[in-house]
Amino acid sequence: MPTKAAFVRKDMLAPQEPPVSERGAIKWARENLFSGPLNTFLTIVGVLAVFLIVKSALPWLLNGVWNANSMAECREIVAARHGEGATGACWAMVRERWHQYLFGFYPQELFWRPTMAFGLMFVALAPVLYFGNRTINMRMTAVAGVLTILALAGVSASFPQTIAGSEAGGLALLAAVIVFAGLTAVAWMAPRRLLILTLLYPAIGFYLLWGGSIWGPVGALAGFAILAVVYNLTKAQLGVVVATGAGVVVAAIWWLVVQSHVTGALHSILPLGTAHVDSDEFGGFLLAFVIGVTAIAASLPMGILLALGRRSDMPLIKALSVGFIEFIRGVPLITMLFTASLLLQYFLPPRSNFDLILRVIILVTFFSAAYIAEVIRGGLAALPRGQYEAADALGLDYWQAQRLIVMPQALKISIPGIVSSFIGLFKDTTLVALVGLHDPLQGVTKVVRAAIEWKGIYWEPYIFVGLIFFACCFSMSRYSMYLERKLKRDHR
Amino acid sequence: MSDPHAITREIDRSHMQVSDEVAIQITSMNKWYGAFHVLRDINMTVNRGERIVICGPSGSGKSTLIRCINRLEEHQSGHIIVDGTELTNDLKNIDKVRSEVGMVFQHFNLFPHLTILENCTLAPIWVRKVPRKEAEETAMHYLSKVKIPEQAHKYPGQLSGGQQQRVAIARSLCMRPRIMLFDEPTSALDPEMIKEVLDTMIELAEEGMTMLCVTHEMGFAQAVANRVIFMDQGQIVEQNEPKEFFNNPQSDRTKLFLSQILGH
Repeated sequence: MPTKAAFVRKDMLAPQEPPVSERGAIKWARENLFSGPLNTFLTIVGVLAVFLIVKSALPWLLNGVWNANSMAECREIVAARHGEGATGACWAMVRERWHQYLFGFYPQELFWRPTMAFGLMFVALAPVLYFGNRTINMRMTAVAGVLTILALAGVSASFPQTIAGSEAGGLALLAAVIVFAGLTAVAWMAPRRLLILTLLYPAIGFYLLWGGSIWGPVGALAGFAILAVVYNLTKAQLGVVVATGAGVVVAAIWWLVVQSHVTGALHSILPLGTAHVDSDEFGGFLLAFVIGVTAIAASLPMGILLALGRRSDMPLIKALSVGFIEFIRGVPLITMLFTASLLLQYFLPPRSNFDLILRVIILVTFFSAAYIAEVIRGGLAALPRGQYEAADALGLDYWQAQRLIVMPQALKISIPGIVSSFIGLFKDTTLVALVGLHDPLQGVTKVVRAAIEWKGIYWEPYIFVGLIFFACCFSMSRYSMYLERKLKRDHR
Repeated sequence: MSDPHAITREIDRSHMQVSDEVAIQITSMNKWYGAFHVLRDINMTVNRGERIVICGPSGSGKSTLIRCINRLEEHQSGHIIVDGTELTNDLKNIDKVRSEVGMVFQHFNLFPHLTILENCTLAPIWVRKVPRKEAEETAMHYLSKVKIPEQAHKYPGQLSGGQQQRVAIARSLCMRPRIMLFDEPTSALDPEMIKEVLDTMIELAEEGMTMLCVTHEMGFAQAVANRVIFMDQGQIVEQNEPKEFFNNPQSDRTKLFLSQILGH
């Protein structure tokens, strides 16, 4: 007998759409743009500001002229097309001077060398950035190869008097195709083998960029071989740390004192080499990349050692690390660059003619390493003590514990900070303008503006250079996010 | 006596023989933290095959004592000889002792960036120089023993506390240690996980492992230990066979302690 309160549902209700004000764009706008009087007001002000900026900048951007030979011609074309008083960007300058922004005053017939070095850099980076990932390694190598070959072809087409104009040009292009095809095959079959290229790349890159006698980079590599030999011979008696120190000292003696005599002698016996390019001729993004990439690659290991040194139990090592870090962080980068261009010469043995770019790289590396050391120290401090104890209890020695347990975790924690430092360092390379090098932002722009035909150009170079810097820095930032995601291990 | 983890199972004592061989010898050992005298005149001898439970109130120095045995803590006077090797400042001796002595921590201290299998193979590969394949076989053997071979390719963060602690035990065993130290292995675990870890430890005892456990699991002490050491204020106050220790404590301090942990 059913009571009055009984209820039985006969038809089940189908789900319905939420009301219009609760879905899609309307809901989003209500919640994010117009959630109250203040936010409504700010939204209107914001939209107005964006509108005004676009209104004043858009015509300038859209009226841009790509084909002209001078600033005056640009202005004439804009006036003719859009009427008197119209503004327009003069991108023709970029079209005309792009090679200076990329290569500075590098000899035009040798543009293939920095292009090749740039392409190979990505191949050398692939196994480091995407360790153990065969597909990405191979793709990155192949893409770098294709782009490099296209760039080589493009450069040759733009400068017909260069190497491509001759028969040798065709051969060089063919050689590049073979090199990159070979590297792609290596990346596919044995991605770890690419690390050999990574290790050799500093010498290859150096030789491609500066050229000269082949014995120079060979001698520099021999220094590393000497380091390895001394280390292996003395490791058993002296222990890892002292043996490394001894190796470094002997290698330094070789590099600074002996090497030039030996390579000089070898060169007189067997003069192998290509055209030498002087550091004065470097400029533009070539310079920014040479300084930036070298300093980034060198400052990470140095930063790690400094961070470990700062936490060391050994008072001398600790004092040296703290002193170095605090001194470098306390001094403006500009001061260091002036030191590089003027003072460093005094501290080096007489007649050792240290290249200015090399000196700048060394000091930029020191500068960046000090910051990286502090970032990594933060990561080290975040590791629980139990991790060190577990490593100790298992019988791992100090360096094994650091390499296998501590650093992988500390570096992972420090990735955002480290990449921030790297991005800052890369942008700081523009400061080398102050010691007379032709960085893309200041140095090359000054040269371009000094030319009669581009007198009066203002925004275009900065926008062009800014966009390239943005692309580089944004890629680094995205890579760091990728790495963080990839190394995420706590699935809680 | 109400012990939530009373050991009910039959224990196989056939391998639990204590030999005359000395595994650990500690003589008049003292340790200070700054001016604070944490360990005072510790004398103890552990024979091979002995299973010793160390208990005492918090701050009594029991963890510090076993951490001195593999030199996670440095002692300032006296001698500690482990497996015939005296612990001094000589790093080679320390590494030698550490590779012979396994340790299990209260908070597991697994390496979160490595898989379970990698956690277990790391030390054999790098310290013992065992080939990777062999190390992995050994690791799987011990992971099966602690009953979690199926978790080998997960990361520690994906495991429960009890599973993590069993991995930690397996990780130590992969070094084939002759002595195992347990530093409050069940104190950070939920009640139902304590049992699985204790079972693993009992199995280890049944195989004749020399064990030193800092623990408050009195059920475990009664079932497995052949000696209980009671510490207070950095000193060994009393040591005895478990039966005597629990039923007939001698010192007042021990009686008070036992009444507090067993009385509720």
